[in-house]
Amino acid sequence: MTFTPLTRNLLRVAVAITLAFIYIPLLIILLYSMNPEQTLSWPPESLTLEWFPKAIQDQAARDALWNSVKVGAAATSIALVLGTLASLAVARHKFFGRESITFLVLIPIALPGIVTGIALNATFTQVFDMKLTLFTVIVAHATFCIVIVFNNAAARLRRMSTTLEDASADLGATPWTTFRRVTLPNMRSALVAGGLLAFALSFDEIVVTNFTIGAGDQTLPIYIFNTLFRPNQPGKVYAVAVIAILLSMIPVYIANRLTKEESVTASGAGAGTPIPEP
Amino acid sequence: MGRRLADLFQGHPRLTVAALLAAPIGWLVIGYLGSLAVMLAASFWHLNELSGEVTQGFSLDNFDTIFSDEVYRTITFRTIGVAAAVTVTDAILAFPIAFYMAKLAKPRMQSVLVVAVLLPLWSSYLVKVGAWRLMLSEDGAINWALSPFGLHGPGYGTVAVWLVMSYIWLPYMIIPIYAGLQRIPDSLLSASEDLGAKPAKTFRKVIMPLTFPAIVAGSIFTFSLTLGDYITPANVGNKQFIGNVVYSNFVANLPLAAAITVIPIVVMVIYLLIARRFGAFEHV
Repeated sequence: MTFTPLTRNLLRVAVAITLAFIYIPLLIILLYSMNPEQTLSWPPESLTLEWFPKAIQDQAARDALWNSVKVGAAATSIALVLGTLASLAVARHKFFGRESITFLVLIPIALPGIVTGIALNATFTQVFDMKLTLFTVIVAHATFCIVIVFNNAAARLRRMSTTLEDASADLGATPWTTFRRVTLPNMRSALVAGGLLAFALSFDEIVVTNFTIGAGDQTLPIYIFNTLFRPNQPGKVYAVAVIAILLSMIPVYIANRLTKEESVTASGAGAGTPIPEP
Repeated sequence: MGRRLADLFQGHPRLTVAALLAAPIGWLVIGYLGSLAVMLAASFWHLNELSGEVTQGFSLDNFDTIFSDEVYRTITFRTIGVAAAVTVTDAILAFPIAFYMAKLAKPRMQSVLVVAVLLPLWSSYLVKVGAWRLMLSEDGAINWALSPFGLHGPGYGTVAVWLVMSYIWLPYMIIPIYAGLQRIPDSLLSASEDLGAKPAKTFRKVIMPLTFPAIVAGSIFTFSLTLGDYITPANVGNKQFIGNVVYSNFVANLPLAAAITVIPIVVMVIYLLIARRFGAFEHV
């Protein structure tokens, strides 16, 4: 299709405006994190970097960050195992109800976060009489992270030809050996990408976390939630926020590099379509 | 042992599938769907009037409250209305950039743009709300930028909620539309042109029908995420949304909170069933 120079330029302007729309609020937070004043009126009159060392030394923020890392790592590990298993079943086997699996892994992120949050809260507190802790947060996060690993793994499996696996089987390898020596090495970068994205999703999650975390515990988003909207030391809070943004962008960036070949989706960010070809 | 186990699976593909699916299905069906069932059951429980403790027994009181109290109806329609407005806004905003990314940008530019859209997707949801709270405040950046023109920003309210949610969920719409447009072969667009269709007609007759499932896929996220959000309305709005009512009730009255949650579930189930008819699940 040919495009007139006018169309091209109009689209370029639209792209520039959209990107500005996406990034300007983030830049504004960056400026507020360098605002030495207590007042929040715009624009800041001078700039300072003093809040960043204070943010890094804040013990509550550090504890919250460490909790987020623990929760993210544990939830990602569970999601990696469950997502990989489901992807192997869906992408390598034909069976009744195969499409339902794709739907089932998607529900936890397709339903609003309050639904998942209330449901798990009711189950933990009313059925199991459990105290809400970081453990309950891990269970909740693992549930909606499965789809991320699943989408990335299934997309890779679909792109991989089965000839290598068939050859391995013909040469006498057991399914387990074939998986370990042939399938897994070829899936590795997709699994790393899926794991990083699952970690990023968990690292930023607040809605479900709010319903499943104990009163005394804080993840980084909970810390930000408790301080950001009515801050008594605004500069420091915004500095923590800026650091959190930068930290959560790293895994997404690496994951995108690892899955350049696969097309992107919003629920897998680096993966292809979750529905298998018929 | 490993060998014998392997032999067992060798001739029985069904056994292999069962072994692969046992753990993930167990987690999602027993753990997740089971929890949803518990929540539905909890929506029929009620609070003991004396002790204020949750009493597990069947009662329709919560649904009676939701259906008879005008407030819940207003809140439901307000939430669905804003969710629909956000979805349409995002589809309109997302299309031009997605189209440029998929059809005009050179490969290098394309990957730069994908990264630029993806990076803020899963980072800093709270920070985005916080940024808009600052920008929309009386002496914030928006009024500062508009005042030379004698204009005034929307301030905190439902318009601000619509604006901020459209902002926050926009990347969730750009990505599926971009992926959907990428799947349309360029030759198809050339063919339409060769057959004499003007660009507007190609857009209407070729591009739109082929990208529509992808737009619906993106809309699942924009719609669902708006439907359940309580943090944005609480910080840039001045009215209650479904999420706020659930959140404010869940400590004091879990059964009522569970009953209110049935509203977004029913809405989303209907939405997902319609979305499936449009073939949207191939794009999420």
